[in-house]
Amino acid sequence: MPMPADLRRTGRSAVRIALALLAFAAGTATAVAEHEISGRVAVESRWFPQTAAFDGQRGYNAGLVAEPKLYLQVAESTSFTLVPFFRYDAADPARTHADLREAYLLVNGPMGEGEWELRLGIDRVFWGVAELRHLVDIVNQTDLVDHPNEKTKLGQPMAHLTLSGDWGAAEFFLISYHRQRTFPGRAGRLRPMLRIDNDLATYESGAGEWHLDFAARYSHTFGPLDLGLSVFDGTSREPVMRIEPLSLTSFVLAPHYEQIRQFGLDAQLTVEAWLLKLEAIYRQGARNTVRNPADLTDLGKKEAYASFVVGGEYTFNGIFESDADLSLLAEWMLDGRRQRATNQYQNDLFLGARLALNDVQGAEFIVGALLDLDYRTRTLNIEFNRRLTDAVSVKAEAVLLLQVDRADTIVHQTRRDSFVAVNLTYNF
Amino acid sequence: MIRLHPTLSKLPAVLLLTSVPLTGVQPAGAASPGEAGLKIAKDAYDRDKGFGNFTASQTMVLRNKQGRESRRQLRIKVLETEDAGNRSLFVFDRPRSVKGTAFLIHAHKKKADDQWLYLPALKRVKRISSSNRSGSFMGSEFSYEDLGAQEVGKYTYKYLRDEACGKLACTVVEQVPTAKRSAYRRQIVWRDKTELRAWKIAFYDRKNAHLKTLTFAKYKQYLKRFWRAGEMTMVNHLTGKSTVMLWSDYRFGADLKAREFTRTGLKRVR
Repeated sequence: MPMPADLRRTGRSAVRIALALLAFAAGTATAVAEHEISGRVAVESRWFPQTAAFDGQRGYNAGLVAEPKLYLQVAESTSFTLVPFFRYDAADPARTHADLREAYLLVNGPMGEGEWELRLGIDRVFWGVAELRHLVDIVNQTDLVDHPNEKTKLGQPMAHLTLSGDWGAAEFFLISYHRQRTFPGRAGRLRPMLRIDNDLATYESGAGEWHLDFAARYSHTFGPLDLGLSVFDGTSREPVMRIEPLSLTSFVLAPHYEQIRQFGLDAQLTVEAWLLKLEAIYRQGARNTVRNPADLTDLGKKEAYASFVVGGEYTFNGIFESDADLSLLAEWMLDGRRQRATNQYQNDLFLGARLALNDVQGAEFIVGALLDLDYRTRTLNIEFNRRLTDAVSVKAEAVLLLQVDRADTIVHQTRRDSFVAVNLTYNF
Repeated sequence: MIRLHPTLSKLPAVLLLTSVPLTGVQPAGAASPGEAGLKIAKDAYDRDKGFGNFTASQTMVLRNKQGRESRRQLRIKVLETEDAGNRSLFVFDRPRSVKGTAFLIHAHKKKADDQWLYLPALKRVKRISSSNRSGSFMGSEFSYEDLGAQEVGKYTYKYLRDEACGKLACTVVEQVPTAKRSAYRRQIVWRDKTELRAWKIAFYDRKNAHLKTLTFAKYKQYLKRFWRAGEMTMVNHLTGKSTVMLWSDYRFGADLKAREFTRTGLKRVR
């Protein structure tokens, strides 16, 4: 199963750009005051014990990841950062790809009592406070082939200006060249029944991926409260899927990206050992899952909606007279569209515990249960991390779909995709 | 699917362990032992004020009972502020798996410190709780409480005696933490009389057992005024483990700006 042509193209050109920049940077590095090369190389494997639900799906993923980082201090308040990324997967060619996670120039300077900061180029930006689902976070596209938790992001070209002072920080983003979400291919697990073909992707905007998106965020700390207010206007990072007939009997899914506007709020109250968290969004312009069953090309109805994550975290330090800390977490996620929601978190409760041993190896156990409050769907996640040496660390993870409700159509497609993963990472 | 970000769930208050000075020479003449002890602590504290700012590198060598070693490396920047507490930035270089992870601390004189953690893998800044006092800092024998800012008001004092410490003459003062959540019932501090540098601190746990001993060595004076130990060794008598904290590249009067010690500045560290 070959990689979709567009991914191949993106991959190739990303590699070319990365290599050219590396060569340029390496040349420059000798001439500037300070440079540093660091990064990681990882061997990653996943095993899916259950037989696949769909034709062509394999029972494993195995491959390599490399993410080197070059940092150049060009002048006192000017630096350049370059982070290319490569993934190779032996089982699912669609997971094999290259990306420029970061390639930006950073300049900053004083402005009255505060400062200004400009980041120009490809960068990653994180907004939010919640643990399980990053609802407010919208600037970067999700690199979904990395992990179904949607936390890994693709690099995004942008101009990012931050003005800050005693009054807080105001950030302004001009964003273009929309990145398409990555999806597992035909041989991959954790995908819908129909294969997703990014070559067939369409945009609501006539400008396509070159639409100019705008975003802004204000954030500040008020004593124990950290608050962020944000707005995004542009191409959605979350596609809706159009069913595309290839022949009379074969179909694929084609991503379609709408123009949306999203208002976001993220807040965290930190009191003693408590962290209380809220993320909320109001999104206009997106489509829901209500479709005309007689019309294959129907994308769903446009519906403005609100969604939130509310929860908290409490940490017991030094449990059982040891150095270990135990954190208990709970987060409730609700999407105002409920059954019409385009994601699996329409009304879900997450309960988790994290045990950090605080030992020399930094060993950490995490157990989390995701309980759907509308459907009888239950997911359990178990994770263990520790260092083996100063440079090498290991992560083992099990994602277990204990019970999947047939009516929970989004999760039901991946019902046989429980997996166990082991990653070995070398940091340099 | 569930995935929490990895954490260093806590961070140091101020890895300063200032040379907890005592202003020397309190041969408890007229003053009561309490007053004499307080005066020593106050003088020591005052002597360390006005450093402005500094940067330094720190290596921690962790040793277990069998002598197996593990290292931590971090860079530290501290900015003194006039009215509020100090602002500190800690950036990890080792272990390599946490390289680039950084802590920002806004210390406060009365209320709890504000602390943020920067996780470079997600480029995420997370506000974290500062309530953890007794936990181990990065698996070392130093707890967050040990590393915290040594404000005079955080203890009550009692002058015990004068005693020779090496070639120097020291005062010995007992200090009792006022915080209810302290891991210690009391600490005993040895300081030389001339420069008020701490040379030894004995830590007694809640059950009054001698838990740990911290010794200071390789003192150097900076800006002709501020003494800093180049080596601090914490030995845990219960577990037999020890941590040696080595300080290097001290630079006082560096060109540090307040804007580096903000959440925006935290995202710029490398």
